[in-house]
Amino acid sequence: MRTAACILAASAALSAQVTHERLLDAAREPGNWMTYSGNFAGHRFSPLTQVNDANVSRLKVAWVYTTNSLQKFETTPLVIDGVMYVSEPPSNVVALDTRTGRPLWRYRRPMPPDIRVCCGQVNRGVAALGDSIFIGTVDSYLVALDAKTGAVRWETKVNEYKSGYSVTVAPLALKDKVVIGVAGGEYGIRGHLDAYDAKSGKLAWRFYTVPGPGEPGHDTWAGDSWKRGSAGTWVTGAYDPETDLIYWGTGNPGPDWNGEVRKGDNLYSDSIVALDANSGQLKWHFQFTPHDVHDWDATEVPVLVDGEVRGQKRKLVIFPNRNAFYYVLDRVSGQFLLGKAYAKQTWAKGLDDNGKPIRLPGTFPSIQGTAVWPSVAGANNWYSPSYSPKTGLLYINVREAGSLYFFGEADFKLGEQYNGGGFRAIPGEEEWGAVRAFRPATGEVAWEHKVFSPPYAGLLSTGGNLVFGATSEAQFFALNATTGKELYRFQAGGMVRSNPMSYLSGGKQYVAMAMGNSLYVFGLE
Amino acid sequence: MHGLWLTVLLFQQQAVDVPGFDSNPFTSPSDLAQGEKLYLGRCAGCHGPRGDGGKGANLAVPTLSRAADDKTLWNIIRYGVPDTEMPSSLMAQREIWQVAAFVKSLGAIQSGAASGDPKRGEAVTRGKGGCLQCHAIGSDGGRMGPALTDIGARSGPGHLRAKIVEPQGDVPHTFRLASLRGRDGKTVSGIRLNEDTFSIQIRDMTGGLRSYWKKDLADWKMEKRSPMPSYKGKLSDGEIDDLVAYLAGLRGAKGGER
Ligand code: HEC
Ligand code: HEC
Repeated sequence: MRTAACILAASAALSAQVTHERLLDAAREPGNWMTYSGNFAGHRFSPLTQVNDANVSRLKVAWVYTTNSLQKFETTPLVIDGVMYVSEPPSNVVALDTRTGRPLWRYRRPMPPDIRVCCGQVNRGVAALGDSIFIGTVDSYLVALDAKTGAVRWETKVNEYKSGYSVTVAPLALKDKVVIGVAGGEYGIRGHLDAYDAKSGKLAWRFYTVPGPGEPGHDTWAGDSWKRGSAGTWVTGAYDPETDLIYWGTGNPGPDWNGEVRKGDNLYSDSIVALDANSGQLKWHFQFTPHDVHDWDATEVPVLVDGEVRGQKRKLVIFPNRNAFYYVLDRVSGQFLLGKAYAKQTWAKGLDDNGKPIRLPGTFPSIQGTAVWPSVAGANNWYSPSYSPKTGLLYINVREAGSLYFFGEADFKLGEQYNGGGFRAIPGEEEWGAVRAFRPATGEVAWEHKVFSPPYAGLLSTGGNLVFGATSEAQFFALNATTGKELYRFQAGGMVRSNPMSYLSGGKQYVAMAMGNSLYVFGLE
Repeated sequence: MHGLWLTVLLFQQQAVDVPGFDSNPFTSPSDLAQGEKLYLGRCAGCHGPRGDGGKGANLAVPTLSRAADDKTLWNIIRYGVPDTEMPSSLMAQREIWQVAAFVKSLGAIQSGAASGDPKRGEAVTRGKGGCLQCHAIGSDGGRMGPALTDIGARSGPGHLRAKIVEPQGDVPHTFRLASLRGRDGKTVSGIRLNEDTFSIQIRDMTGGLRSYWKKDLADWKMEKRSPMPSYKGKLSDGEIDDLVAYLAGLRGAKGGER
């Protein structure tokens, strides 16, 4: 009786609203994990120190939650005031009690049979604001749920799933809005980034990543190819309250591998765009891969740090791109400051003074297949890097691989795949990967930890001098954040396509990561 | 094993109904020509330019075992065969039909039909050739190389001949010879069954299964060469013809005698 009353009192005290101010000051509440990346700056860093380099070898599985779906489990859970919010494939949400791992409520969304997705009916996470939880769905809706019950408060159609749009990205909630992007770069969509009013679900603004007639950048698309220009927005971006800008990466131009039908630079595909958080107006943009023909979406997580470049203190955005180049930009102006290859690449001689790639001949896809590094999945992908303010290092799970790229016919039919080619592994070539620690402002490598296969999972760094992650063979690991030395390992099952996060429950630190079709939660005994 | 599957899984999708058609609508001579071009770029590396196999299955057969009708063939080309080296391929619908038309035309080609005597070939296999040291046929033979019990269904005569004469030409990554050296200096080699960041498992020369943590090894390396010896000059042309004729007739496990 007494314990029950105690728990009730505790949980009642913990059910405050998630305000914009709390999200801004996330570092003050290290026990919670309230946004996709843990803070607005895209750091995926937990200041918690209970689990640390001295005791991590004693880590144990505390509990496991298993989904019913066999689709890839890509979620980053949120933890707010003792409750964990997990998105499950295709577009469901479950609220779990962090003490026990037991479900408190569920939101299940029935799906039509003809969903259009290139790469699985997946979801990467939810957002929280007020006492609502927000999820984007593969049938292209944004849904607001009551955080206490899972009941639907509103749902707004983001776009038409039958035309190839879907939502897989974790939304970014800020101020009074929910920012959300679309996937569909393999279906000839016209990409956009939207903000919806968190209370009503009304569209507040929309930014098209492919400019329409009369807009600047429209002339970078031959003929009417802009209508199918793609440039999805399927990975959660970052926000800086000082510049009041949202930083978001954009996807490949469509069709992926046939550039003949869309001559030009194809703005704003494969770019980072900086948008005014209130109006969605474009402040600046930087295109990493003009006229991409390798499917190198710039849908990576932008990392906001302050640092010194050539003796000058600057507000920076770091962007380790799928195209195998590491970029340092000024995040106030968008100015290119530095760029260099950080994995094997064979498509560019380098970058010019403005950060434009100097392309090598003979690297375009062909009917017989053209071998190019990096691979179609790139040197990095949607999974998260991690920046530790404690070590001052940026950790990236780097992929070392190439692909054979094929050129093919590009025949657009609404709602059907629009690829213009394909790819496969290069015969006889070994692929591998490494966790690399970079000095953010210079891109210098401080250490590396090699892994057998190219990874496809994100990293978390912590105040306990640790970096958590997982190999493609589902080996969950902890490395010393200063040296890269491996300190802990656990063999889970299945494949890993997710990001780790950390939180407190009952005053104890836990680390969670989705592996196989389960969410594993680790803690000290 | 590793990288290959990852690439395939990136655009992984469930097989769905073939849109539109029940049978191949793209079979004109120009479709076939385009199909051959696409085939040479995307498929020939594994199935051979004439389709009689390699790493990939023998496609130069009248009826494909996994793809007897057009719809199944379309699905196999689009989505691959899960858990094998046969990848999914992103192509426009019409391109898939064109490749399918070309694949079907391979079945009509007589690819270097076996002229030898299968009875004599069996004797070479079991005797002078010493093939059963490393290969199983039914319940007999070794485990170092792949079982040959159904090799005639998987590979055409052209590929069989090439493998016997020039085995280094096309080495599958599923049969890599690993050489490991322990911290005590002892060495062991065998076929790699699994490798990951932290461990490695092999089947040694006696068929024993062995597992090692990499941290306990002084070093390890993967042979790029196939352990399969070349029989060029060791067997006469006639003997090789006989071998090919015998192997081409091996079509799968037979039930026991009653
Ligand atoms: C990387 C090697 C590889 C490539 C490239 C490849 N295949 Fe295959 N393919 C295989 C393997 C291995 C199998 C046998 C799978 C199994 O065990 O059933 C196979 C099986 C098949 C089958 C079924 C054969 C049967 O007996 O029913 C067809 C048809 C086929 N492939 C067609 C193609 C076509 C067409 C392409 C090109 C678009 C292609 N493959 C590309 C390796 C490959
Ligand atoms: C020392 C061991 C060894 C001997 C002896 C040997 N092989 Fe092999 N063979 C292998 C290995 C290992 C492979 C798999 C690697 C490769 O394909 O290169 C192989 C592959 C093959 C293949 C391809 C199988 C497939 O699934 O595609 C054929 C056919 C074959 N051998 C036939 C023969 C014949 C016929 C003989 C005897 C004349 C023979 N081998 C003797 C080791 C051997």
